[in-house]
Amino acid sequence: MVSILDIIGPVMVGPSSSHTAGACRLGLLARCLVGGTPQRAKIELHGSFARTGEGHGTDKAIVGGLMGFRPDDERLREALDIMEREGLDYDFEKTTIADDAHPNTVRITVERGDRHAVMVGASLGAGRVLVSEIDGYPVEITGNLHTIAIVAEDVKGSIARIAGILADNSVNIATLRLTRKQRGGDAFMVIETDEQPGEAVRDAIRALPWVTWAFRLDKVSA
Amino acid sequence: MYRTLAEAIADAEAYEMPLSELALQAEARDQGRPVAEIRDALGRALEVMRGAIAQGMTGDLRSNSGLVGGDAAKLRTGPAGPLADTPFRDVLARALAVQEVNAAMGVIVAAPTAGGAGVLPAVLTGLAAARAIPDDRVIDALATAGLIGAVVAERASLSGAEGGCQAETGAAAGMAAGAATEMLGGSPRQAGHAVALAQQGTLGLVCDPLGGLVELPCVFRNATGAAIALAAIEMALAGIEFAIPADEVIDTMGEIGRAMDVRYRETAGGGLAATPTGRRLAKERLVQIKRS
Repeated sequence: MVSILDIIGPVMVGPSSSHTAGACRLGLLARCLVGGTPQRAKIELHGSFARTGEGHGTDKAIVGGLMGFRPDDERLREALDIMEREGLDYDFEKTTIADDAHPNTVRITVERGDRHAVMVGASLGAGRVLVSEIDGYPVEITGNLHTIAIVAEDVKGSIARIAGILADNSVNIATLRLTRKQRGGDAFMVIETDEQPGEAVRDAIRALPWVTWAFRLDKVSA
Repeated sequence: MYRTLAEAIADAEAYEMPLSELALQAEARDQGRPVAEIRDALGRALEVMRGAIAQGMTGDLRSNSGLVGGDAAKLRTGPAGPLADTPFRDVLARALAVQEVNAAMGVIVAAPTAGGAGVLPAVLTGLAAARAIPDDRVIDALATAGLIGAVVAERASLSGAEGGCQAETGAAAGMAAGAATEMLGGSPRQAGHAVALAQQGTLGLVCDPLGGLVELPCVFRNATGAAIALAAIEMALAGIEFAIPADEVIDTMGEIGRAMDVRYRETAGGGLAATPTGRRLAKERLVQIKRS
């Protein structure tokens, strides 16, 4: 369903909703995977992101997003200078991620303290984004709502336990998708929530013995 | 939200309500938010639009590549042409101003996209200034524009990469024309004709930016897009009707977009981007960006 506020918006730093605003959102999502501004990052640009990214400020937008700036933050313009001042070690590479990858795709590898993650995402146009992979696992995360992504062993009652943790932290579930490759195999859960689940929620889910990994991603849409 | 303008216009006539009111009520229903909150969000968008216009009018902005900037100020202070001292010239200046700010990584409202962000604020705020129209009616007009844009998103596309510039500045011209026609006292039916008249004038328009950057011709396409919107508004308010309904004109835009060669859809492979000068400028400027 199209909202008139999607049409009259977002408020953003130019020049391109896909190459600037969307790129910034992908940076914001990658930042969430390590719970804050990464100290080190490798940013691999694919397709149109690689070809015209510099002219669109795609590099500044992704770096700004990694530092927590939102798409309407005027500091995006100076994001590369700020990155250097802050002593952050971010590298860019141009690459081909896959022949059939969306033209505006980026792979972002982030490190912060002992936390580390790799995310693949694309900017689909009009500022909309889609994260398609985290640490090699296929996911579909839009950033339209707060999201928790979980890979767990397929054990009985797992959803009830996780729903319990969310309820204990006053986080309401908006949508829940559960997929698995086979009975007893890895189960993938993508849970979208109305409230922002804190790092405590992530830690509690990670502490469950049958959870392989769990990530928390903020809502990044307007 | 509405998927056809015909349905929106029929409802507006049945309930004796402007399109803006229908748009706000439909949005409130869809999103589960009060109308006042949606109006507030549109009011903030209007503030950002005015801020970008003010910033762009100063004339000291340059894009990353240096290809564009400073032309809005020329329309404000440069020698008089046939449109001098008319709202028309001011609207053109405002459209250039917003798009120059966009190219310089300033803050704008993507409406419907960043590349087409100059048309709607230029037409609405320019005409509102000329006719002393209060802000709450400009906010109403933004809601109408949102409804029209939503219909275009459903039926065709709002992306240059999918549909060429007809889907960006063309859609913006249709949104601006319909919204301003209602803002200036036109009926919902007249607003529909304004959408059709504006959109028909941009059918087939390709997206051919030099080097793939949202700069040239994008900045000027916003000014000419605004000019087409003004022509459509003038005709619609005079009672001129376009025989093909707006929904079908929008469908046609989608059909042309789908058939458009990929060279003309934001890839810099054709059109002005592929001219000898276009290629040379893009090469020089991209090198300059890398150095800066």
